[in-house]
Amino acid sequence: MKQPIQPPGTAPERVMLLWCPDWPVIAAIRTHGLKPDARIALIESGRVYACSGSARAEGVKRGLKLREAQARCPDLIVQPYRADEDARAFEPVLTAIEEAMPGVQPLRPGVCAIRSRGPAQFYGSEEEAALWLLDHVDALGVPASRVGIADGVFTAEQAARSPQPQRIGIVPAGDAATFLAPLPVSILDDLALTGLLRRLGVYTLGEFAALPAELVLDRFGDPGARLHSLAGGRDSRPVIARVPPDELDASIDFEPPLDRVDQVAFGVRATADAFIRSLTDTKLVCTAVLVQLESANGELSERSWLHPRSFTAAEVVDRVRWQLQGGSTETGLSAPIGRVRLIPEAIDSIGNHEEGLWGSGPDERIHHALSRVQSMLGRTAVLTPAIGGGRAPADRMTLVPWGDRVLHEREPDRPWPGRLPDPAPATVFEPPRPITVFAASGAEVAVDDRGGLSEPPATVSAGSSTLRVAAWAGPWMVDERWWDPDAASRVSRFQLVDASGVAWLLSLEHGHWWAEARYD
Amino acid sequence: MSNAAIAPELGPTGQNELVRELQDRIRKLQSTKLDSRDLPTNPAIARLLPGGALKQGSAYSVERSATLLMALLAPPSAAGTWVGVVGVPEFGVEAAAGFGIDLDRLALVPHPGDQWLAVTAAIADVMGIVVTRPPQKASDGSIARLAARLRQRGTTLIVLGSWPQSEAMLTLEESSWVGIGEGHGHLTARQATVIVSSSTGRPRRARLWLPDAGYQVREAGMRPVDTADAPVADIRAPRTWRA
Repeated sequence: MKQPIQPPGTAPERVMLLWCPDWPVIAAIRTHGLKPDARIALIESGRVYACSGSARAEGVKRGLKLREAQARCPDLIVQPYRADEDARAFEPVLTAIEEAMPGVQPLRPGVCAIRSRGPAQFYGSEEEAALWLLDHVDALGVPASRVGIADGVFTAEQAARSPQPQRIGIVPAGDAATFLAPLPVSILDDLALTGLLRRLGVYTLGEFAALPAELVLDRFGDPGARLHSLAGGRDSRPVIARVPPDELDASIDFEPPLDRVDQVAFGVRATADAFIRSLTDTKLVCTAVLVQLESANGELSERSWLHPRSFTAAEVVDRVRWQLQGGSTETGLSAPIGRVRLIPEAIDSIGNHEEGLWGSGPDERIHHALSRVQSMLGRTAVLTPAIGGGRAPADRMTLVPWGDRVLHEREPDRPWPGRLPDPAPATVFEPPRPITVFAASGAEVAVDDRGGLSEPPATVSAGSSTLRVAAWAGPWMVDERWWDPDAASRVSRFQLVDASGVAWLLSLEHGHWWAEARYD
Repeated sequence: MSNAAIAPELGPTGQNELVRELQDRIRKLQSTKLDSRDLPTNPAIARLLPGGALKQGSAYSVERSATLLMALLAPPSAAGTWVGVVGVPEFGVEAAAGFGIDLDRLALVPHPGDQWLAVTAAIADVMGIVVTRPPQKASDGSIARLAARLRQRGTTLIVLGSWPQSEAMLTLEESSWVGIGEGHGHLTARQATVIVSSSTGRPRRARLWLPDAGYQVREAGMRPVDTADAPVADIRAPRTWRA
């Protein structure tokens, strides 16, 4: 038979494929320390992405709307789906498999493929090798994983997923097409193609594979031809083993545990040096580091620190110290620290971070001086500003501790209708100051629910001084985040010029006047 | 700057201008020493300052106006000078960016507490301009030490409030806002009289747009402004408001 895309001589190789069902759920349970039988659903863009078996028993399934899922299972634990968490949790599994058999190709979190020839020879048979693999994975506490062995990755995955009580599905060499033939075309994972095939009366992979290859190529192009050869059990994808990544994490154990911040910071210095040196040796720099502190009584404090450029060893030590201090400048700890672990969360090629001939980024001297001020007053005392999103002037100021990367709470690029027109006030009170605005009649000026003003403002009084109002504008109603009872705010803003020529931005919230900012 | 002591009160204004111009030229010739280089500042304000520029290593005080402060800071910051702001938690960042202050070269220490002098000194060591507001009256000794440090490092200190060793004191008077009426419009621009008083010579004043509708600070025409009562709001329309 003619095979349009597969060159002769590349018969599919035997592949052993490990599938951990519901991996995103297992990953979430392991990351967040939940109970293994918890009813948990992972949500992506408002819909269930994955759910645990116990939740599935209550009727929750993939693709369900969050509200619908919660209605079906009221005690559902809902977590956002995070692909990075998923991949990170799979890493120990891959490492464990690599210890038992060489050449693992991670296909996606929860699924990996191994060339089966070597392990089959080493352990005696394919089934024996699969048992070893399952033993290894079970030892890691990953329940109910399954193994499929067949010609090619696609067939092996279908073998692993085949609904049968045994956890190992083996399709003998050359039987791939026969095995796949009764399966429905929908498993091909191409909605447009499978929909069309069904309308054409092609329901099973066997029927699809029976179509002439040239005609499929003509009608569906290369992607269709590839799926056609998959359906015929001719998966030409080879297993490409990953190169195990270098171990870049660094950790230090303190025995006995240390109970002073400066002791820990001193103790971690050599580790930080080694950590940065090992990164530099692999021509990498670290732009975000995850610091894990384990106290003697088992508490784990974990925080990720971002750097605007890349970390040096001294800066890593600083981050450890700041995390220990937890914002305060005291040196005592609630529990002695037994273990510090440094994990590079984001790395980049060192070539992208080489300083230019005349230097780049802020001057070293400035960095040192500001770091010194930070050591005097605490990390959050030295701030670099950026303009964020929002409507109130105070909301639009994003202040980031020196040495951290700017992360906007509110997107600055959005239009933010209802924000104040230029010029912005030069003085922004944080928190706002109390002030009172009176009408000519002597009554306090009020705004009703529809934005109607009780009387025009005539005098403004802050503290002991009272000034005549020379000009004013407003009220501008802003009803923000009404859906969130904690963050909701319903404010009427005014601009007001007093008799001395100073302009104010005032807000009236729940009958109280506040001076938000001053144009001075 | 002892040469300002010879500033005489000449009769006609024209002669006065000429004398001032000559004095300025003499000052500029004198101030070519290494320790008194100039920082680029807004020309409209620089014209009023003693020596015609913001000088490195000197202290200035600005009273009651953050806008005036930002107008002073913007050109040096845009030209690459780092600015540190110590003890001013209400510094409006958006206005600062609007005036042209480069936020990448701006560091804020909003609450230095009782260590403000040490923090100011530490920042003055490395940054071109330090803005500070003394929380309490500093001792003469510490002020002198700070002044020596500023001179040595060539750092300009701008104090919000009074400062004993300031080169000049900048204040605002007679703000008149444009664009806002009685119950309508919004603030768009302002004219104000900037008064610069220094120990050497009489106060100089100028009517400036602070800012104009495009965040620019420039002179508001050449008309001399005395104590004329300028209108607070230029737009006055009949009030139409539903009570």
